[in-house]
Amino acid sequence: MTRYYPPLLITGILVSAHLSFGILEGYSRTGLAIVVAIAAELVMGRLTYGKWPHPASAYITGISVGILVRSPFLWTYALCSLVSIATKYVFRYKDRHVWNPSNFGVSALLLLAPASASVLSIQWGNVIWPMVVIWILGSVIVWRVGRLHISATYVASFLLLSFVQSAVTGNPWLAIVAPITGPMYQLFIFFMVTDPKTTVRSKRGQALVVFLVAVAEMILRLNEVVYAPFYALFLVGPAALLVDGWLQSRSVPAVVVQAFRPASQD
Amino acid sequence: MSVNARGRALWVVWFVVLVASLAAMVRLNRGAVGTAATTNRYGFSLTESARTLGVDFVHQAPVFDHRLDHIMPQIASVGASVAVADFDRDGWADFYVTSSADGSLNRLYRNQGNGTFKDVAGELGVADVNRAGTGVSMGAVWGDYDNDGYEDLFVYKYGRPELFHNDAGKGFTRVSDKAGLPEWVNANAAVWLDYDRDGRLDLFLPGYWAEDIDLQHLKTTKIMPESFEYAENGGRKYLFHNLGDGKFEEVSERLGIKSRRWTLAAAAADLTGSGFPDLFLANDYGIPQLYINKGGKQFVESGKDAGVARTPKSGMNASFGDIFNDGRLSIYKTNISEPGVLVQANDLWVPKKNAAPGAPVYDDLATSVGVDLGGWSWGAQFGDLNNDGMLDLYLTNGYVSAGERSSYWYDFAVIAVGHSAIIGDAANWPAMKGRSLSGYQRKRVWLNDGLGRFTDVAQVVGVTDTNDGRAVALADLFNRGVLDVIVANQKGPLLIYRNNVDPSRHWIRVALEGSSSNRSAIGARVEVHWDGKTQAQEVSGGNGFSSQNDRRLHFGLGSATSADRIVIRWPSGKVQTLENVSSEGFLFLKEPE
Repeated sequence: MTRYYPPLLITGILVSAHLSFGILEGYSRTGLAIVVAIAAELVMGRLTYGKWPHPASAYITGISVGILVRSPFLWTYALCSLVSIATKYVFRYKDRHVWNPSNFGVSALLLLAPASASVLSIQWGNVIWPMVVIWILGSVIVWRVGRLHISATYVASFLLLSFVQSAVTGNPWLAIVAPITGPMYQLFIFFMVTDPKTTVRSKRGQALVVFLVAVAEMILRLNEVVYAPFYALFLVGPAALLVDGWLQSRSVPAVVVQAFRPASQD
Repeated sequence: MSVNARGRALWVVWFVVLVASLAAMVRLNRGAVGTAATTNRYGFSLTESARTLGVDFVHQAPVFDHRLDHIMPQIASVGASVAVADFDRDGWADFYVTSSADGSLNRLYRNQGNGTFKDVAGELGVADVNRAGTGVSMGAVWGDYDNDGYEDLFVYKYGRPELFHNDAGKGFTRVSDKAGLPEWVNANAAVWLDYDRDGRLDLFLPGYWAEDIDLQHLKTTKIMPESFEYAENGGRKYLFHNLGDGKFEEVSERLGIKSRRWTLAAAAADLTGSGFPDLFLANDYGIPQLYINKGGKQFVESGKDAGVARTPKSGMNASFGDIFNDGRLSIYKTNISEPGVLVQANDLWVPKKNAAPGAPVYDDLATSVGVDLGGWSWGAQFGDLNNDGMLDLYLTNGYVSAGERSSYWYDFAVIAVGHSAIIGDAANWPAMKGRSLSGYQRKRVWLNDGLGRFTDVAQVVGVTDTNDGRAVALADLFNRGVLDVIVANQKGPLLIYRNNVDPSRHWIRVALEGSSSNRSAIGARVEVHWDGKTQAQEVSGGNGFSSQNDRRLHFGLGSATSADRIVIRWPSGKVQTLENVSSEGFLFLKEPE
């Protein structure tokens, strides 16, 4: 049952945000992203593994693309979804996919088609309740699936490092933390950095990795990269996964093993 | 095939799918940017000629409260405007331009009929409008509110709005107090319209900043929009009903206009076929609004039902054009597109043919026809620039051009996403520190091919400036049967692009004067029928961004030497029809009694 929590949450966020604030440019674009993601998953999964994959993961990918991508062009939604799913079948390490699918798709779109698409970067309305509801609901659900420590570590790291950013740039601290009050970050915090297939195995390792994501993001932000969180996860996530796999396959110093020890052994 | 071999083969297939998809992104993205051919085969060219015509105007930006110093280039980023009218009735188009620094002078350029212009604003009494303490000019619109045959001038400001009565083309008298205008409005647009068709021009004045804010003397820094795309803490809207004795009565709330959105542009036209002018508002930080006029007694906000108000963007322009030559007026609203950061895309709302009477429904075809990506877009105007019989689209753009190698976009994107408690306080906004924000942008001249596509030919036909453009106005400045282009630039020179059109292409110009209708004939609809085509245009009392075109309507006819029929529907409702009208004609039509 817990596998349905994330899809239900993201669907709830989408529907309530759209009904309240009209955040979508149209159902057709989000619908296209979802359909392409699920279709690609079904075809690739069936052909690769000989059985029909559960569509929940592809649904989250598609709906994430539909929410995050802002573009007047339909092809951006279709290609972003297709690329996202394809990465799961192309970039694999020790039988796990390396990138969070929508993180890869959105990053690729931003890098390769900057004139055609951007990413959701606005508030949903002027009132505080949607933000509060999403934070509470999101926290409860990631807690239920055992990943609250990842989201919490990221938020704490972001807030801590924002003081560093403010000191370096001279900009008001409130301006630095402004992005985390927006829905783009909420999706990032609850759906991208917590992706079970693309994070390391141990709880401590997960916390360390997400802290490193926040550090990488800060470095990118200091270099004025607008979509820093996506690129930070894009860079740090696979690197952590590779290190995790490498550590699992050979003997390493005790202190490192301790840090990356699988959660089940804690 | 073994399981492993099959797995490897499939991996190769998925790898190819992934690479092909990434390549398609690059390829399609290149197509979105678009290119034009390198030769001028479009039947016209534009030559910037302001100085040779005697026009050396450079806009001066306002300076506001020092607590806004860190973001002053943004806050003081508007005020360059242009409004065209033949104020002295000599048959030549004149124009008024605004400056926005304290003590700077606005100018009224009189067309001397010999290919040159002369500033007469000072001697006629409409120059000194930016005195300290009264606010600064943002734009102006012409309209004959007292039906004496001479176009009067309304100047809207971040400050005290001013109405000047035109004294038979020989001077202007300030009548703001008698008219009953409010003490202070922070507006970027105004529209003359006769909303109740009583034969007298009324005035719509939508606020941008809240009217209790004096940007030069702030009480607080909590003045900013409460959201980047959902803000409703802007200025109130005013609709002044013309009482006929030089006085106006404010009726907006009574008639249903209660918005506090941040309106940057507004325009009026009959979009429902009712004969009454409707209002379209392009709002910054939110959705646009379409107010349907219910018989001159009520305005009903219908943007969502009409399909134009579903997505909040940063609206900066409102103009109408019959781009398919079928009598339907499309709405063009400009927004922001910055590659890699924010791609809102401009909107071209085309009315559906099968909508219920009185309830228009629109589709956004900006992407389909190719007029969506125009940078940080500002003013835009439809007009047949090459007299081929199709309406083209001229767009200016660019927000803040400062440091050429530095950009404020990162900081702007960071603060824009903040909650109202953060974004709403100017003190929280990062300092610009001399950086540009969508500066030095190339303009767009989109040529309508008549087949549903617009091609950008700006660089090819001679529009190569990269100023921070704001207002665009079209007018036949030299009575040659072509549309010239006037562009007002923020902190930049006023540009006049003289149009050189292939002389083998024909045209008709229609000038109207109302009798039972308002004398400016604002709201009159003219349909020209030729070669199986029909093009509709309406006389406007202000449209685009901070601009107003020449009231005289220009129709290109291509190779046709005559129009089969010209139908004029006057604001009063009277319909006048002319048959077999030869081209190359300056038609002057007075409304039949």
